[in-house]
Amino acid sequence: MGLELYLDLLSQPCRAIYIFAKKNGIPFELRTVDLIKGQHLSDAFSQVNPLKKVPALKDGDFTLSESVAILLYLTHKYKVPDHWYPQDLQARARVDEYLAWQHTTLRRSCLRALWHKVMFPVFLGEPVSPQTLAATLAELDVNVQLLEDKFLQNKAFLAGPHISLADLVAITELMHPVGAGCQVFKGRPKLAAWRNRMEAAVGEDLFQEAHEIILKAKDFPPADPTTKQKLMPRVLAMIQ
Amino acid sequence: MALELYMDLLSAPCRAVYIFSKKHDISFNFQFVDLLKGHHHSKEYIDINPLRKLPSLKDGKFVLTESVSILSYLCRKYSAPLHWYPPDLHTRARVEEFMAWQHTAFQLPMKRIVWLKLMIPKITGEEVSAEKIDHAVAEVKNSLKLFEEYFLQDKMFITGDQISLADLVAVVEIMQPMAANYNAFLNSSKLAEWRKRVELSIGSGLFMEAHSRLMQLADWDFSTLDPVVKENISELLKKSK
Repeated sequence: MGLELYLDLLSQPCRAIYIFAKKNGIPFELRTVDLIKGQHLSDAFSQVNPLKKVPALKDGDFTLSESVAILLYLTHKYKVPDHWYPQDLQARARVDEYLAWQHTTLRRSCLRALWHKVMFPVFLGEPVSPQTLAATLAELDVNVQLLEDKFLQNKAFLAGPHISLADLVAITELMHPVGAGCQVFKGRPKLAAWRNRMEAAVGEDLFQEAHEIILKAKDFPPADPTTKQKLMPRVLAMIQ
Repeated sequence: MALELYMDLLSAPCRAVYIFSKKHDISFNFQFVDLLKGHHHSKEYIDINPLRKLPSLKDGKFVLTESVSILSYLCRKYSAPLHWYPPDLHTRARVEEFMAWQHTAFQLPMKRIVWLKLMIPKITGEEVSAEKIDHAVAEVKNSLKLFEEYFLQDKMFITGDQISLADLVAVVEIMQPMAANYNAFLNSSKLAEWRKRVELSIGSGLFMEAHSRLMQLADWDFSTLDPVVKENISELLKKSK
């Protein structure tokens, strides 16, 4: 059996991996793990990833979790063009720097924005107080501004003149609040220009395909009580 | 121009960078940025790292933040022995997997214990509710359980027979709650034995030296805490209520 990627394109890190693998012509079997049906909690999936999260990779007997690790694994194994993860010491450090920073900052803000603005009220039927939502959106604003001011600055891409893993991770994260109806690019011409460059570099069709699900997040039907009960504890832990 | 490392050993990521650099005889200037005196908010430091976080590295004109990135940079630049960041595809992936996971699963819960059990009471004079502390402790215990079952398993170190960056980052994070008198290694003999192995690999003297400021934190005179730091903390606390 060849490479298998366990993904749900609802998830930010899954989108980054999907785009990366497709863009680089990496052959893989897509194994969809439907998060809103709770498939990540199944016994079958825990054989692939005991941590019960997507994305997950299975390459023969080797399994791997954590999107950054998976992206790096694919980078090393399939010898993709250098600009994705440059050999150059300082250029590589810039990519690593972003990939480390984003976990507790932009990633977290984007996740909370989607859940507080859309998923809790619409999908889980749980109201979110205006104060909570306002605080989440304020924090998102801070982190998006940091993305622009500290990481992008006046460069074409986050780590330099060419697209890298950092850009892919960042753009897929930002599409989360976009899916929730947040206008993160409004009033940020530099970031908007970067977003356009990203879409062109990745390919419009692939970009649209990867983001089809998240852009329909507002239209998800409400979860039934059983599913809701199953998902709640982990959702609460996830968005802490 | 010498390598500059901006650190305060109260911070776990700083200790990882400090230990790694000392262990490999990397020549550097220790730029002490005193967190308790609010030096990370000074103009001098903001010029280095506008995010006001530690550690930061400055190599000539090149400035780098994020300890995971700094550790990889040092590994590559100073050609550290390969076991620290193995070139083998699968082994390397295991290091990267842990380094990614630990940001949310280790660092946040370990820090929270220190805040809830030590910092907040000392700074505000008010104890934190037992409920909040229990919740934080449960989170730490859950993370440690995952660490043992998924990352360490029955191996000597995370990648197998030799120490790597993953073990270094893990051990300094698990040491963090010691400042609040919470010894996470008491949870399991497997964890305690792994810690001993890591400590021996690093060198007990260096390990102890790196952790001495942390271990003395509870005895520090909190009335001398920098007012800006105190203000920032109070703001954060109000927001989190």
